[in-house]
Parts: sequence; C-alpha cells; structure tokens
Amino acid sequence: MGEYNKPLPNVNDDSNEFWAGCKEHQLRFQKCKVCGHVRWPASILCPMCHSKETKWIVSEGKGRVYSFAVYHVAYHPGFENDLPYVVADVELEEGPRLVTNIVGCRPDDVKCEMPVEVVWDDVTEKFSLPKFKPCC
Amino acid sequence: MKRVAIVGIGHGKFGVRSDASLRELTFEAVKACLDDAGVSLKEVDSMVTGIAGDEFSLALQPSAQVHDYIGFYPKPNFRVEGACATGSMALRTGWMNVASGLADLVLVVGVEKMTEVPTSVATEIMGRGGDSMWEYPFGTTFPGYYAMMANAHMAEYGTTEEQMAMVAVKNHYYGHLNPFAHMQKEVTLEKALTSFTVAHPLKLFDCSLITDGAAAVLLASEERAKTISTKPVWIAGLGLATDTMRITERESLTSIAASREAARIAYQMAGVGPADIDVATVHDCFTIAEIVAYEDLGFCEKGEGGKLIEAKETYVDGRTPVNVDGGLKSKGHPLGATGVSMAIEITKQLRGEAGQRQVKDAEIGLTHNVGGTGQVAAVHIFRRE
Repeated sequence: MGEYNKPLPNVNDDSNEFWAGCKEHQLRFQKCKVCGHVRWPASILCPMCHSKETKWIVSEGKGRVYSFAVYHVAYHPGFENDLPYVVADVELEEGPRLVTNIVGCRPDDVKCEMPVEVVWDDVTEKFSLPKFKPCC
Repeated sequence: MKRVAIVGIGHGKFGVRSDASLRELTFEAVKACLDDAGVSLKEVDSMVTGIAGDEFSLALQPSAQVHDYIGFYPKPNFRVEGACATGSMALRTGWMNVASGLADLVLVVGVEKMTEVPTSVATEIMGRGGDSMWEYPFGTTFPGYYAMMANAHMAEYGTTEEQMAMVAVKNHYYGHLNPFAHMQKEVTLEKALTSFTVAHPLKLFDCSLITDGAAAVLLASEERAKTISTKPVWIAGLGLATDTMRITERESLTSIAASREAARIAYQMAGVGPADIDVATVHDCFTIAEIVAYEDLGFCEKGEGGKLIEAKETYVDGRTPVNVDGGLKSKGHPLGATGVSMAIEITKQLRGEAGQRQVKDAEIGLTHNVGGTGQVAAVHIFRRE
C-alpha cells in the first residue's frame, strides 16, 4: 500500500476531541449540558443556546442511510482508484447525522433507510476515519 | 422606502470566453446595459459588483480591476459575495442603495471567469461549498451533494431519473433559442439519460455548466426611472434567507429551507402568491434542483415537482413557465453573473422582448437563486407596473 494521498481531516480546537476519539475507534459527540442538544460537528458553542457547557458522549455507531450518492467521477486524484465509491448522509441513533462513506457492499446495493454500523478505516498513524457498512 | 426599477439591461455572451478577461467581460455587459438605458456612465451614482470566487480568476480585488477598467473611479463600488447566489445578492445590495435614497442610479454587475482553471480545479473549488474541514476526507464534491438530494427525493416521492432528464431537455430547448447561452443545442431525453454518470443518480446532462460571463442591470429611483425608460420593470419583493453550512444539519434534503423562507418573504412583500407568477427563473444548478425549486416556490405541492415537468407545465405555454432562457443548465452558470442574468431574463419577459421564448402577457416574474447547497437563497419578484 502506497502513501495515503487523500485529504486528511483538518484538526483544530473544535475538532481535536472528535478525531482523537476516532483514533481510539470511538465516535464522540458533544451534548450540551444546558439544552441537551447533541451536535456534530464539534464546536465550542452550542448552536442552539450558545452555551459553552458541554459533555462528550460516545455513540453506539449504529444508524441508517438518510441519503447517498455513488461517485463515478473523482475530482481528487486520491479517490480515482476507489471509483465507484459511495458518500452518504448517515443518521445516527443518538441524533446527529454525518457525511461519511459506505463500504463493505456493492455501491448498487446502497439504499436510503438502510441500517448501517460504524467501521474504522485506519488511514494513517494519526487518523482513523469513521465509515459505515450494512448491518442487520 | 423608494420604489426601484430596472431601467437598463446588458447581457454578455456566456461560454468559454478565452477571448476575454474578467475586465473585458464586465465591460461588454456594462456597455450593453448603458446603451439599453440610453444613459452615460457619468450619470451613474454608484456600482455594486458581484463576483463569487477569487480563486477562479486567480485575482485579488477583482472588483477594483473591474471599476478601474471601465473608468468608474472615484465613485463607490461595493463587492458582494454569496457563492452561486452572488448575482442576486448584488441586485439586492443595489436595490438597498436606491430604496434608501443614497443613490438614484446604480449599476449592478455580476461577473465570473471560471475557465481560467481546469474543470477539475473548478469543481474542486466548488466542492469546498460543503464543509472542507469535516467532509473533505470522504471524497465529497459539489455534484455529490445534489445527488444526495436527488436520491432522498426519489426515495421519498418517487421522482425518477427520466423526470430529471426532462428538465435538461426543456432547458436545452430554450437555451438553443437564446443567443447568449453557453450551450445552444438541444438534447434528447435518450441522450440525457445515457450520458455518463457523474454522481449517481446525476448524469452529465443533469449538471449545469462551468461558464465565463457577465451581466449588468441599471437600477433607478422612481423619479429617474420615468425619465429614462418607457418600460421600467419594478422590483416588488425581495426575500433573502440562510441555512446551515452542512447538509447534515438540515431538517430535510428533499427541500431547500432557505428557498422556502426567501420565497415567503418575497411573496409577502410583493403582495402576490405562487399562482400569480407568470414566468420564473430558478436555480437549476442540477436538474433535481429545478424540481425541488418548483415545490419550494409553491408552483406545485411538495413531492409533485417531477410530475410538473412531466406534464410540461413549466414550458412557455404551461401553467408556470420556468427557465425559458435555458437556465443554468444550458445558458451556463458564471456564479456572480447568474442572479443578474436571471433578472435580465425576467425584465425581457415583462417588457415583451423575449422573442420566440416570450411568455404571453407576462406581468409578474420571479427569480430564485441559491448559494452553495442551500446555505443562502434569494427570491426576487418583479412587476411590469
């Protein structure tokens, strides 16, 4: 396997805890201590009530495909060998939705509402990306 | 607030304009606009320039390049940016200048030079219209976001790939009648359906074009409008609304909430409803976006957008003609110019100057312009009287 040539996450104070969790194969989300809103992506302030009081919760990593697209053209050379690949909007049981990839099945088999669970792609020493595969 | 009218329009040729720089494209549209109004640049009080991206033209301060080139200094020029809705936001800013009484005659220019960089780079730049910090590692691109909207719409309402292709067929039909359009050729349903897949379910002919172009309108206060034009077109309603940066925080992918809110505000301000609209230009950056726009603007019930195009109700002789100038799909989508170009089409329609594409007795028109994947939307309503 050659050097990883896809874009890597951009880590800053907002996103650090999320990506550190991914490295440990945990999907961590912030839950506002004031209004209870569970948010993704991570941020210093709750977008609903502007409180800074937050706690991190760990998702079970189960959800469903809300929608998806099967990419047949890559605009970043790093994805050319993956074509066709699936980008999906996955809704987790805890509430938040995230943009991710669906793996572990044929792209033609992906459907809206399909149940999925997290699977970890350890792309570099520093980063693991949360992707999803079909589950029962 | 003062009433504001469009009293001059100037549309440059849209296309791959390797023959013209950003400045020359602007001049072409401004010259045509001033000639149309019969006004000299010296009479114009101020200017608003809509340019979406510095990165396409590889230039900082593009608006200064433009006002320098046409010799507008020392009068004010104000740059506006709102991604793909830049042109409509420039028009709104120009309207604010006149409605407030700050100026009597304002030139609104929208321009974009997108083909200075290769298509792959242009698409990559637009891909950042999502949230690069969080979504980029998964290989997202701009067509992919709209493909997700299409799949959600198909799953929820049974919208079909054929119905989306019908939008392409219609818009290419009208684009081939529009001398300013980028791609002046018709496309058959079969050709649209068998073109290569970009991001399933969107195929090549579901996508709008990467285009160079400029468009300009001249706005006037009521007093000035009456001295300049015998056919002023009045801006009767303006709605602007925003939404989250990321699609994952939207309530739904089958609708653009910012469009619905902008439409609600604009209809209320103009005192009209969807049934009163005689002709509209909507943001068909992808064919699914036009179908969603029919629903968000109230031209049909939610989920019925696919059936509306299937019944040809958005053709010139249909219930609500939409994008009879070719739309972004065939006319092209030079980001900053698009919203201004939409206002020009509606002005032509309300003046009765749209030729073969004329909607009979059009009195009230609407433009709908979306930025990014729906982070911002602008809806404007225009009246003949």
